[in-house]
Amino acid sequence: MNVAQEMLESKAVVKAKKKSIIELKDVSIYYDEERAVNNVSFKIRRNKITAIIGPSGCGKSTLLRALNRMNDFVEGARVEGEVLFSRDNLYGKDVDPVEVRRRIGMVFQKPNPFPKSIYNNISWGPEINGYQGSTDELVERPLKQAALWEEVQHRLHEPALNLSGGQQQRLCIARALAMEPEVLLMDEPCSALDPISTAHIEDLLFQLKSRYTIVIVTHNMQQASRISDYTAFMEMGDLIEFNVTRRIFTRPAIARTEEYVTGRFG
Amino acid sequence: MPFSTEKESLNLIRRHKKAKLFARFCALVTWSGVLLLAVLLYQVSVDGFRWLDWQFIESFPSRFPDRAGVKSALVGTIWLIIMVALISIPVGVSTALYLEEFVGKGKIAKIIEVNIANLAGVPSIVYGILGLAVFVRFMDLERSLISGALTMSLLILPVIIIASREAIKTVPMSIRDAALSLGATRWQTTWSHVLPASFPGIMTGVILALSRAIGETAPLIMIGALTFVAFLPEGPMDSFTALPIQIYNWVSRPQEEFHELAAAGIIILLLVLLIMNSAAIFIRSKTERRLK
Repeated sequence: MNVAQEMLESKAVVKAKKKSIIELKDVSIYYDEERAVNNVSFKIRRNKITAIIGPSGCGKSTLLRALNRMNDFVEGARVEGEVLFSRDNLYGKDVDPVEVRRRIGMVFQKPNPFPKSIYNNISWGPEINGYQGSTDELVERPLKQAALWEEVQHRLHEPALNLSGGQQQRLCIARALAMEPEVLLMDEPCSALDPISTAHIEDLLFQLKSRYTIVIVTHNMQQASRISDYTAFMEMGDLIEFNVTRRIFTRPAIARTEEYVTGRFG
Repeated sequence: MPFSTEKESLNLIRRHKKAKLFARFCALVTWSGVLLLAVLLYQVSVDGFRWLDWQFIESFPSRFPDRAGVKSALVGTIWLIIMVALISIPVGVSTALYLEEFVGKGKIAKIIEVNIANLAGVPSIVYGILGLAVFVRFMDLERSLISGALTMSLLILPVIIIASREAIKTVPMSIRDAALSLGATRWQTTWSHVLPASFPGIMTGVILALSRAIGETAPLIMIGALTFVAFLPEGPMDSFTALPIQIYNWVSRPQEEFHELAAAGIIILLLVLLIMNSAAIFIRSKTERRLK
């Protein structure tokens, strides 16, 4: 990479900083007395894909679940520091976690459709949030966004569990998109899928970027380098390095990062 | 044998033998249980079958065996089942949901859990004494259906709670995660996903518990259900009798005919149980298919 490119990129960093949608400030997460995440601070940019990578047990999933307060359901989990979402702390006193989760959606590691029809999988979220209007339209849009419409439009009322694993995962993405979240959190969404389904989902993420902000946890470094704009590298609960993805994978500032991304450990 | 040395194949034969032996042992135990039940059924049928007719179902108890029947006892039992179900299912399932979904895994939950498990083992006569003291005397409900139903509900609540909790535990965490991540409240998650998914298991526990309640005699005797009732209960405050009490009453009479009437009563009781259990299996298979 030449100097000009680098300068351009660092300019882009500065510019993008102004457009952050989530800002983590000294976030530490404990399970009872054990510290799983250690004073992590970085910013997540609007309409970009941010990848969190690191070896198993480094706290990346824990950190992700802290971004929409899913850790509230884990016995003994406690979050310190601030997670600012459009300048409000997600952990502030008068914040309703239910509202947080409506605006920051999540897709999980294993596809987890409800044991209901494809249609009901999509419509349930908006319905419980008081959506009124045509549910047919409501179901069509997210399925199209998730590139699943063509495959399922003629069998919307069949059980979702009849779909293949890759289709199920796209259904779960569609289900999250039906809520029109501002941010989409993805916890290793391809780890249970075959390479073709994985490619499908990666293509999908590219398309979704224009409308949503995506944070993806992945143990697959090729995936992170292919799809993300920014990458956070974590180890043992510490944020080792955060930068634009190309920097992380070509010229990381810290030796540990380089060792990890080049596959010399972990 | 191909692929293996002699030592290996001897070892294999020994392992197969062990497996076969164990399977035979299990079969023996199973069939001896079934046999015992068959003998019991046979004995009861031989004794009671000739008394089983419409007249037996339609008649009130009587001093004369020819005219005696189970009408009031059968109606009393049906009243009792329905009232016990109405009381114990909402209370039991709500308790289970609360313990599993809302209270967490702290110390208090552990204490409650141990206590419920203990209560499941308390002899039914003790519940009868409790019912007598609390419902009949203290709350002044008298020796009525409602006293009986409340006592029976107390008796089977621990079973319903334990069975429901086990059923709720089998609902995968990922389903809850999915619902909660869509901005559902705990209640919406529970009502729309956890409860339907655990419904078949809960039903099984409830029916088993209700079946137990139908067969219980001791607590009803304790709270003073009548043994000779020549009228039908018309409301929850009426006095009543029930099948097991009627059977007990007939068995304790000296005349042979009454013993045979008791056998006929047992057949009726078994039929009621059979109908309930079939209903449970039907509901279960129906809901399970829908979930798949």
